[in-house]
Amino acid sequence: MAEAAVQQPAWVLLAYLIAGVCFILALRGLSSPESSRRGNWTGMIGMTIAVVTTLVIHQIASLPEIIGAMVIGGGIGLVTARKIQMTAMPQLVAAFHSLVGLAAVLVGAAAYLNPEAFGIGIRITPIATPSFVSIFPQSRIEMGLGVAIGAITFSGSVIAFLKLNGNMSGKPILLPLRHVINLGTLVAILALVAYFTQDEAPAIFFTIMGLSFAIGFLLIIPIGGADMPVVISMLNSYSGWAAAAMGFTLHNSAMIITGALVGSSGAILSYIMCRAMNRSFISVIAGGFGAVSSSGDAAAIDRPYKRGSAEDAAFLMAQADQVIIVPGYGMAVSQAQHALREMADLLKSKGVRVKYAIHPVAGRMPGHMNVLLAEANVPYDEVFELEDINSEFAQTDVAFVIGANDVTNPAAKSDKSSPIYGMPVLDVEKARTVLFVKRSMGGVGYAGVDNELFYRDNTMMLLSDAKKMVEEIVKNLG
Amino acid sequence: MDFISILSIFVLACFVGYYVVWSVTPALHTPLMSVTNAISSVIVVGALIASAAAGSMTSKWLGLVAVALASVNIFGGFAVTQRMLAMYKKKERPAPQGDKTHG
Repeated sequence: MAEAAVQQPAWVLLAYLIAGVCFILALRGLSSPESSRRGNWTGMIGMTIAVVTTLVIHQIASLPEIIGAMVIGGGIGLVTARKIQMTAMPQLVAAFHSLVGLAAVLVGAAAYLNPEAFGIGIRITPIATPSFVSIFPQSRIEMGLGVAIGAITFSGSVIAFLKLNGNMSGKPILLPLRHVINLGTLVAILALVAYFTQDEAPAIFFTIMGLSFAIGFLLIIPIGGADMPVVISMLNSYSGWAAAAMGFTLHNSAMIITGALVGSSGAILSYIMCRAMNRSFISVIAGGFGAVSSSGDAAAIDRPYKRGSAEDAAFLMAQADQVIIVPGYGMAVSQAQHALREMADLLKSKGVRVKYAIHPVAGRMPGHMNVLLAEANVPYDEVFELEDINSEFAQTDVAFVIGANDVTNPAAKSDKSSPIYGMPVLDVEKARTVLFVKRSMGGVGYAGVDNELFYRDNTMMLLSDAKKMVEEIVKNLG
Repeated sequence: MDFISILSIFVLACFVGYYVVWSVTPALHTPLMSVTNAISSVIVVGALIASAAAGSMTSKWLGLVAVALASVNIFGGFAVTQRMLAMYKKKERPAPQGDKTHG
């Protein structure tokens, strides 16, 4: 008879606890850019402690294989981290989430197949049949949930990756009866996890896994491109809960602390994103947003607007006391951030104050614009969040909107029938002049609504590719 | 550890997470996501246990694959976070270069 549970020595428990504390400090460091780099190192130290402790306490007969696996994985990770373009961060993060999910599923499956190694089973030796290891019912629940969440994280993140990377259309895919199918599948998974405590047959375990892969896929396909910041935050949260569930299975405090941290981090980010769009979490998850193209648009197309050239824009901005730049996803798509910083430098050399205003959902993931601007060497103390800068537009000569659309739409404040009504927006229309860089007048924002701002008297449309337009302006300023 | 002590750690860690994450500046939300990616790969602990254990060959190989996947995340996640954080700079400080000509 094997021992019921693996009793870990006190120092091991302490080491995992220290690793967990290191991870808390890593996140704590992110409260300011100065402390963040030290925080990241603390995180690496925590991970090293966790890995080394685990290797030391287990008979490491297969050390060469383990090191091989780490070198292969680590090498791929390092090369990717070095090569990846900052505009592609959302895809990369989605891909990383999928790996956490898949790793959780594999660990769950390994624990199911070899419970003795994990100290979660008891060997039963019946007289007639060969002996087998029975997994504790409580561990079965934890394992079942861990595998389910991991699988959902994996397949959901794969879809999110494909959508963000452009391999799959960002348009929502709406299956008939999808709410019924999704709810039914979720209920089935939970019921099977409950039944798993009674019957630990492989069929049950692998059905839970299969259904979870399917539901992850089904949950994400109806969600449109505009809601990706919420989806990616939500999957971040799931990857944390998967790690926490595995931590419960393995009685490992480092995993539980980290899982709780990551789970709450993703949940808070999802909440911030939903609030910034004035959408409820449920309505985002239900999907379909951005699928209904605005049919009332035809009337809007013929409305008069003012069109300007790069020369006009350069002249207006050079005369200004203060210019606020409002970047959005379009800036990322055309990689205009470097040209933009050049433009800002020229303006500053002419004595113009330049600031940047970031809406929480500008871009495809939380904080995406800040990273792109930082990449272009824009000092972070020139970059402001919505609530910190919104009152300044009234005293600003030029608001320069580049690649953003819905987040500047005044209809969100006045038009109750608008789908984006109530969403907090940047008050760009209060600036003396609004310069709006846009590819053409035809396209609408991700919410599928026309922007009132285009037709205002103080708006000048700069119709061109964002990067080309900024480069032209730079030429005219020089 | 018994279930209640594990649950206690979990619940308290959720509260710690709640307060710590709210204190993260919005400018660093993307690095926050990439570093949470890296640390949630602490799941590698489970993968290592599976890889190190005797008893089931399948379990061992599943563990090794999981070690490789988690390693992509650990190394990639920390490295890309480091790369991003290195880009966040304050307003220009050209002073050191100017001083060189004098001294």
